Amino acid sequence: MRIIDESVLEDLALGAAVLGTGGGGDPYIGKLMARQAIRDYGPVELYTLDELDDDDLVVPTAMMGAPTVMVEKMPNGDDIVNAFQSVGKYIGKPVKATMSIEAGGLNSVVPIYCAARLGVPMVDCDGMGRAFPELQMVTHTIHGISSTPFAMSDERGNTVLMETISNLWTETFARSVTVNMGAMAMIALYAATAAELREAAIPGTITLAEEIGKVVRRARLEEEEPVETIRAAVGGYLIFRGKIGDVERRTEAGFAKGDAMIDGIDEYAGQSLQLSFQNEHLAARVDGEFRVTVPDLLAVLDVDTGEPITTEGLRYGFRVAIIAIPCAEKWRSPKGLEIVGPAYFGYDTDYVPVEDRYGGG
Amino acid sequence: MRIGIDVGGTNTDAVLMDGTTVVSSTKTPTTANVSEGIAAALRDVIADSGINTASIDGVMIGTTHFTNAVVERKHLTPTACIRLGLPATVCLPPMVDWPLDLRDIVGGNAHLAHGGHEFDGREISAFEPDEVRDIAEKIKAAGLKAIAISSVFSPVNSIFEEQSAEIVRSVIPDANITLSSEIGRIGLLERENAAIMNSCLRQLAARTVDGFKAALDELRITSPFYISQNDGTLMNADFAKEYPVLTFASGPTNSMRGAAFLSGLKDAIVVDVGGTTTDIGVLQHGFPRVAALAVDIGGVRTNFRMPDTYSIGLGGGSLIQEDPLKVGPRSVGYELTEKALVFGGDVLTATDIIVAGGVSTPREGGSVEGGALNIGDSNVVADLDSGLVEAVQARIMEMIAIAVDRMKTSATPVPVIVVGGGSILVTGEIEGASEIIKPDHFPVANAIGAAIAQVGGECDRIFSLAELSRDEALDQAKQEASDRAVNAGAAAASVDIVDVEEVPLAYLPGNATRIMVKAVGDLRGVLPPGEGGGVERGA
Repeated sequence: MRIIDESVLEDLALGAAVLGTGGGGDPYIGKLMARQAIRDYGPVELYTLDELDDDDLVVPTAMMGAPTVMVEKMPNGDDIVNAFQSVGKYIGKPVKATMSIEAGGLNSVVPIYCAARLGVPMVDCDGMGRAFPELQMVTHTIHGISSTPFAMSDERGNTVLMETISNLWTETFARSVTVNMGAMAMIALYAATAAELREAAIPGTITLAEEIGKVVRRARLEEEEPVETIRAAVGGYLIFRGKIGDVERRTEAGFAKGDAMIDGIDEYAGQSLQLSFQNEHLAARVDGEFRVTVPDLLAVLDVDTGEPITTEGLRYGFRVAIIAIPCAEKWRSPKGLEIVGPAYFGYDTDYVPVEDRYGGG
Repeated sequence: MRIGIDVGGTNTDAVLMDGTTVVSSTKTPTTANVSEGIAAALRDVIADSGINTASIDGVMIGTTHFTNAVVERKHLTPTACIRLGLPATVCLPPMVDWPLDLRDIVGGNAHLAHGGHEFDGREISAFEPDEVRDIAEKIKAAGLKAIAISSVFSPVNSIFEEQSAEIVRSVIPDANITLSSEIGRIGLLERENAAIMNSCLRQLAARTVDGFKAALDELRITSPFYISQNDGTLMNADFAKEYPVLTFASGPTNSMRGAAFLSGLKDAIVVDVGGTTTDIGVLQHGFPRVAALAVDIGGVRTNFRMPDTYSIGLGGGSLIQEDPLKVGPRSVGYELTEKALVFGGDVLTATDIIVAGGVSTPREGGSVEGGALNIGDSNVVADLDSGLVEAVQARIMEMIAIAVDRMKTSATPVPVIVVGGGSILVTGEIEGASEIIKPDHFPVANAIGAAIAQVGGECDRIFSLAELSRDEALDQAKQEASDRAVNAGAAAASVDIVDVEEVPLAYLPGNATRIMVKAVGDLRGVLPPGEGGGVERGA
């Protein structure tokens, strides 16, 4: 067990932006909420999965909705507590802890608010090891853990509780309820015991995000080679350095999709990388050939500062380094690839783990 | 004729312009009492040109005074904040993200009340007049008169902010109230922060603007005067007293607008080379491209539309390291005239290299800086290794070229305008530049930017496309922006839409879109001559 206090939030949010692979929502509002709750209610205990008893029940908490709305109509605070407690009440058992469902972006820090408010611990794991755009895209789904009972709460005190036949149905219903609630809702879902989570969750991701953030911050201060330092910290592979050329964007079914063409520089001169994104960076093709795809992570970093660049931040002329990071092993199973593999996102290629293409060193 | 004045931290610059011609210009030190510096600068330009003050149609002033007040935590009035949005937003009360020292000075007197709207215009909760009245009584009891009022999604519907202001005024008749919807965009904390800072700057603004007026009166200048805003447009004196916060970051904007004017270009990259840094910005339709990111003022996050500039550590004072070759980012800064070799110092700077190189590109428009740069003592650097000199010059040009490229929006070559005191550093071609322009009067580009400024209006809100077609929504947004420009003093016939941005909202079923429109026009009664009517108080 260790303590999450105000001093680690900055690093955690920064590392979460790297794991956000260009999406996941701006952690700023979540970071402020967590900071305020820690100031008002005290720091949060972060447990490893091994420190929990088999039967301990864990209920993840998160924010769902449009990023533009989140920066305007911030939560009440009681709403996230309501969602969390409703799931426990429905199950009829005491809930031991909360956790993050998505370590990349905003939802890495939102559960800290809930944990501080209620004095419950948070568990050092998540269900993605990165960010993904849809609710069923969690390792819990691979292991047959249901997203329901699923609670969505608004600031008025409304809570919608649902039971569904699949996590994909939960996603469908949750989207329409979110709009009714003002395009933003606080949610609690994927209740599971510690024993189940040891199988189903990705361990250590909150600590990983914090470590990455610490490395980025230090590299910046000390004017080291931040990109190389980050690459080493995340255990990734540098796959390209280049200059962003054309960026093409389109909105399809509520998702921000697009492609950026990146022209190689230095040892990559003469090559061209096509980066495809949908809320997050999803696939990289070099000279037309797929090189890295989901579920592996693609971090696009400013070549000089190591600053993670979001999908909205991709702009002509930026010099970027692209780092591919192996995803959690769980995503590489046939079931995992069915949920978040290249085919689900419409890419006509087989998934090849990044180590197979870039490893050997 | 117009006079443009830029009051910076160090210098107060002034230019007198006749139409598009710079008649005279001056640089004087900024004084502790800002109006004395302005009076001195005014005297200079007027005496220089020998004109009659009656022929001055307008005086435009750009100032960093209010930004500095926040940064230095000086002259700030304790301010209360009322936010309408309960039961939403409770977990992040007003001023939650402020540095504690500043929050202490401003007072942290924050209140939450019911009201607010959803993104689609529904009410979050019903407005409760009695609740606001109770809060107003509390604020009155605390002895505060400066008040900021914010409401969730007030850029979509500001009715609750307006109703609250009325109630507060009934309790505190001489209240100084800022509504967040009047000055900010979507992003509640940032908009509210700006509203609070605005109210806490108003007393200072009243004193300062009156000081400007006194300086003009002293010189018998009776024309109206204006203050420049962060988007490169103007507000009249009364409006500036009401909205001092809108002057934040007007400096870089004026500098880029000045560069546009001096070069005659509307679409170009501006490279402003200073002593320590070089700032690169982009002109689009004659205005700076604005940054997408939030901007901190004195540690407080705001969402003003600031020019999107990229800075690199390269300037006239940059230190040169020989092996391995490195230019900047460390710099001797303002001590250049003591520490550089050519000024008798012992530090090798970028300026020394350029003087040793002895070359300089001729300025556009004839005034040639020439081979003899006339900077310090060139003999001192005559023996510098010519290989080093060339290598450093090449490195400098490479640094600028990469930064320029980063700011471009496509691979097409674009003109590059070089301004600033360190512009001698630009000695060759810039890759990706169609031409390099070093205009006359570049040291006073700021003041020129102020002198030529227009007036503008903005619309930024979320439209639900369920009831409106996209075209209708766009037309409505353009009309609102144009109306605001006219209300701010623009001659209606001259109003142009200069920027339209549309952002469909992710996660929503394709029927909500955020539309941002900016309109600008020439000042009524000043430009062009003959447009009748005085300038009304802004909206």
